[in-house]
Amino acid sequence: MGLESALPVDSVLSTQLNRVVNWARRSSVWPMPFATACCGIELMATACSRFDLARFGAEVMRFSPRQSDLLIVAGRVSVKTLPVLQRIYMQMVEPKWVISMGACASTGGVFDTYAVVQGVDQFIPVDIYVPGCPPRPEMLIEGIMAIQRIIDADNIPRDPEGKRLPLNIAVAPNYEPRPMPVPVTVGAS
Amino acid sequence: MAAAPKLDHPSLPLVKERFADVKFMATEFRGQTTLVVPAEKLHDVARFLRDDPRCQYNFLSDVTAVDYLDYPAPQPGRFAVIWNLVSHANDRRLRLKVFMNPTIDTTGIDADPALIVDSVTDLWPGAEWMEREVYDMYGIRFRNHPDLRRILTWKDFPAHPLRKDYPLRGRGEREHYQKLARDSA
Repeated sequence: MGLESALPVDSVLSTQLNRVVNWARRSSVWPMPFATACCGIELMATACSRFDLARFGAEVMRFSPRQSDLLIVAGRVSVKTLPVLQRIYMQMVEPKWVISMGACASTGGVFDTYAVVQGVDQFIPVDIYVPGCPPRPEMLIEGIMAIQRIIDADNIPRDPEGKRLPLNIAVAPNYEPRPMPVPVTVGAS
Repeated sequence: MAAAPKLDHPSLPLVKERFADVKFMATEFRGQTTLVVPAEKLHDVARFLRDDPRCQYNFLSDVTAVDYLDYPAPQPGRFAVIWNLVSHANDRRLRLKVFMNPTIDTTGIDADPALIVDSVTDLWPGAEWMEREVYDMYGIRFRNHPDLRRILTWKDFPAHPLRKDYPLRGRGEREHYQKLARDSA
């Protein structure tokens, strides 16, 4: 296009192109919702008008893993469901991101039984852990924004051979629970 | 001392009259009557209860089972299969119960020749999935069942998890699975 001739010899075009690509990627993190339990309700609330995930370009829930960038595992995963989760993960294309949303997806939560996976990070790589039971939509947005910051800064962690490493970021609670409005007494008549 | 059971359920004399040579037991708790049936007579009794015009138990509400291992009160057997029958015509319920004792080690999944009872899917087709669940969870097999596969756990699950000698956290089933790395796709 003749643009190169106008540039200095040590061209900055490639880095600028990187920034444009990263801007496009972080502005369109399309989630694949793997909602198996009550965390899925908070996930829906996150996408609805009050919290409005569209502000971050992530409102396009794609139910085809081939069209999505971000896998949100919301809810406990039974061992029987695990092959489905792994297949969905494998069908996603790079660069892909995984959020483990809520206590059950991250650790198994209260479901410490033979049939429930004790943390999906045992079986697939997880980038962001969002704690809570279920997490508030603000915290899920915080997790998505953390991914956006990583994409924007172009610092995807890699091992010496160039393979991607999981981010292993846990989101800290970003709200203070309010005190109870009335004193609670148990057993009083 | 518990109150003596009130065995005034109207279907009990009919069953007793029809199967005079079979030894039944009956219990009652808070108005719920249970008829304990020998395993080999279960299908005949169920057919009688469904077809007799005075009984008309046209609806099978549930098929389930109990493992009485370490139960405080002595029981006639380790496992019990329970059929909950409902008669819409008479607005009446009756529970059938079959006790059985395992003859081989209950920690495995091998077919136990003693843990088998006749299927009632030919009488109430809705029993099919409920019997599959009993088989899956307790390892009790059903003779003449059309499709006796596991229904809740997966095909190669190495135990019957609702047996009382199965640990709550399993025997490592949930840990031993293929682990995916980011570049394994």
